[in-house]
Amino acid sequence: MINETLVELSRWQFAITALFHFLFVPLTLGLTWILFIMESVYVMTGREIYRDMTKFWGKLFGINFAIGVATGLTMEFEFGTNWSYYSHYVGDVFGAPLAIEGLMAFFLESTFVGMFFLGWERLGKRQHLMATFLMALGTNLSAMWILIANGWMQNPIGSEFNYMTMRMELVSFSEIIFNPVAQVKFIHTVAAGYVAGAMFVLSISSYYLLKGRDIAFAKRSFSVAAGFGVAAIFSVILLGDESGYEAGEVQKVKLAAIEAEYHTEPAPAAFTLVGLPDDEAMETHYAVKIPYALGIIATRSLDEEVLGLRDLQKAHEPRIRNGMIAYEYLTKLRAGEETPENIAKFNETKQDLGYGLLLKRYTDNVVDATEEQIQKAVKDSTPAVAPLFWAFRIMVASGFIMLILFCLAFYFNARRQIEEKRWLLKGLLLALPLPWVAIETGWFVAEFGRQPWAISEVLPTFLSTSNLAVSDLVFSLIAFIVVYTILFIIEMYLMVKFARLGPSSLHTGRYHFEKAPELAAGLRSQNS
Amino acid sequence: MFDYETLKLIWWGLIGFLFIGFAITDGMDMGVGGLLPFVAKKDAESRVVINTVGAHWDGNQVWLITAGASLFAAWPLVYATAFSGFYFAMMLTLFSLFLRPLAFDYRSKIESVQWRSNWDKALFVGSMVPPLVFGVAFGNLLQGVPFGFDELMRVTYTGSFFGLFTPFTLLTGVVCVAMVLMHGSTWLVMRTDEDIAQRSVNIGRIVAIVLAITFALAGVLVWQSIDGYVVTSAVDTMGQSQPTSKEVIIVAGAWLHNFERYPLLWLIPVSGVILPLLVALLLNNKSNSVVPKVFAFIASSITIACVILTAGIAMFPFVMPSSSQPNHSLLMWDTVSSEGTLSLMLAVVVFFVPIILAYTLWCYKKMWRTVTLDEIEQNNHSAY
Repeated sequence: MINETLVELSRWQFAITALFHFLFVPLTLGLTWILFIMESVYVMTGREIYRDMTKFWGKLFGINFAIGVATGLTMEFEFGTNWSYYSHYVGDVFGAPLAIEGLMAFFLESTFVGMFFLGWERLGKRQHLMATFLMALGTNLSAMWILIANGWMQNPIGSEFNYMTMRMELVSFSEIIFNPVAQVKFIHTVAAGYVAGAMFVLSISSYYLLKGRDIAFAKRSFSVAAGFGVAAIFSVILLGDESGYEAGEVQKVKLAAIEAEYHTEPAPAAFTLVGLPDDEAMETHYAVKIPYALGIIATRSLDEEVLGLRDLQKAHEPRIRNGMIAYEYLTKLRAGEETPENIAKFNETKQDLGYGLLLKRYTDNVVDATEEQIQKAVKDSTPAVAPLFWAFRIMVASGFIMLILFCLAFYFNARRQIEEKRWLLKGLLLALPLPWVAIETGWFVAEFGRQPWAISEVLPTFLSTSNLAVSDLVFSLIAFIVVYTILFIIEMYLMVKFARLGPSSLHTGRYHFEKAPELAAGLRSQNS
Repeated sequence: MFDYETLKLIWWGLIGFLFIGFAITDGMDMGVGGLLPFVAKKDAESRVVINTVGAHWDGNQVWLITAGASLFAAWPLVYATAFSGFYFAMMLTLFSLFLRPLAFDYRSKIESVQWRSNWDKALFVGSMVPPLVFGVAFGNLLQGVPFGFDELMRVTYTGSFFGLFTPFTLLTGVVCVAMVLMHGSTWLVMRTDEDIAQRSVNIGRIVAIVLAITFALAGVLVWQSIDGYVVTSAVDTMGQSQPTSKEVIIVAGAWLHNFERYPLLWLIPVSGVILPLLVALLLNNKSNSVVPKVFAFIASSITIACVILTAGIAMFPFVMPSSSQPNHSLLMWDTVSSEGTLSLMLAVVVFFVPIILAYTLWCYKKMWRTVTLDEIEQNNHSAY
């Protein structure tokens, strides 16, 4: 039988380690391009300050990158250590993009990151710029392959179940690459990373401007980040994930859950701004609605329906019953009764095998499930609504606040009034955590919204774990929490220290803390 | 392009290639990290040692990531069984591996003695624990691992963490540690001078001899006291991945069968004993010529390949024999991904590996120099 505690702990451990790793990845995605832009200006104009900018923001990038590399290793190990049934069941398909990520992207990124940090004296100007570019390219390609793998979990096309090997097998790799869910996910996620990189540079530059230090350095950094950030935030919002919610059953369920839409509404559906979702009653209480908005966002049309959770669950019931038949024939085939009739019967029903497996939570044999157990499985076939509903709203709200801030920053920067707008500089400094709030809640929506599935409609999460003892998980989970907390404290200590120190940390002799106080004051008035 | 049988054979070679690539490239960094407390007596010397691999360790570590991911893609059941079965050993490796990226990047960012010496310790642990665990893991593969599958292919491991450590597996652990230390010392001899190079020579000679002795001793144990596994039913080398439908028996001395059948293969384990002795001879800081140093490094690299290949060939076609349910042992014939995935991944590897090797070598060439104390002093704020 399924050990629910083991499943819960495995999920917590994966969620904690993935969300922790994802604190560092987006900044890497965005900062690499910002570094490339700054260095390009240096190579084109030959002006030293742009080299200093590349080196200084590169220092902060390095502090973040190191912990990103360390925590990324966990993700590689954890599929095997904690999700071994998952690894067996889908490795034939899911492993390929991960291996390609290593070969195409990781080698590129990691080889040239060393050149970026330590190659300044050893490479020519253009060679070093190329190294920076290849590092940025590698980072972004890496995100692409991970999201292709993740997109397949959300919408598992291009593959088929093989009863002989008892796993999913690759049928069409091009379908997996061009999976519409993977495409929108890639754009949305890397653009979110660009927003994080831009906000990081913008906030810290605002801090220097507020302190009146290293003005020339801060203003130039601010300009690069404001321009890059405006482009990025528009991409994130306009090319949001919504367009991917049409492909695949789980995506539809996710959409309905995000909107707390229990009842299918006539098209075009209203968008629930806030409300209190209630999974027991399957109603949203005190809903404040905007007419037409959901229908237009979700279907890009006025006459298509957005299905509600009640109807979605209703449609899952026959699939669960069908899945029981599939399971029955699967056991026969596995026992060696490979008659043409059994094979034909299995092939007829195997698209619902995953729904049958949902019953494994209640009865190991699946085929002997009672009516009550089937109803429980139907209820299980959609995720809890409230966490998704609120996480999504926090993400969107953060996104819109950042949109306003980036636009204001861009506008006043273009009009060369940014130093006078101290309220805006303060706002930008305070907004530093916003990209991370949006990114973490966004990732939560994507993954929690996929429940109860590990692989949408194929493999339930609770079946995917390794056969470990609960004590194994308790031990490793505590170890992760303790070690990650220590690593985080060390990382933040260095990050804050160097961010406060600013470009003076380069020891060029040109910046604030390296000058005599009078000289610094004199330069400040000269600059402003 | 290739039939399924050939693809399976090629992938056995490719997985071996990736793990050997990892051991040669990142094994070098781990060797350097392990030697750090012994070859560097003051802070500036530590920085010299660290900066010989500073620009390369991250790229080298990707060999591990790629080898792991390729295992996932090509032998999913091996990945699932080994990683979940060796749960605590894997966690131990993982937590040690956290230390290296941070130690490299953070160590020299702050000028406190305490801070730096703590990171040196972290680097040492992060460099020595993984090879030790990998060596112990290989020993366990040779001994057989207690696991089996249910009818839906869910794996259950019935061993314990402490059960992983036997005299034999500890010996293979020492082989692996000695191997990376020898490799790291040949690298430091090429890339440093004066005191550091001399200390590396001294230690390198000792660990090379230790490696030759322990590797030979492990061979004797495999011959005399470690039972091998033999498939007694017919193996369908063209067949689908079904590792539970065969018959396997445990036979004393079976791990030598492949060598007995193809005596030419003896060259590989024999080289694994002789080459370290050659490394010990070649390691020398007296001559000004770089040539013997380079030869020592190459001999060390070939040693690594020979040691890993010896284990792989001894077990072939087994990858992970099961000691509790031998019939469920994993073979490279019956534990693989589908033909489509193997073909696709082969094409990807054939396309990308030459490109990777080309730009990696370019980077090594660009960064090639003897790292000196003067250089560290001049780049006090930008070097690692």
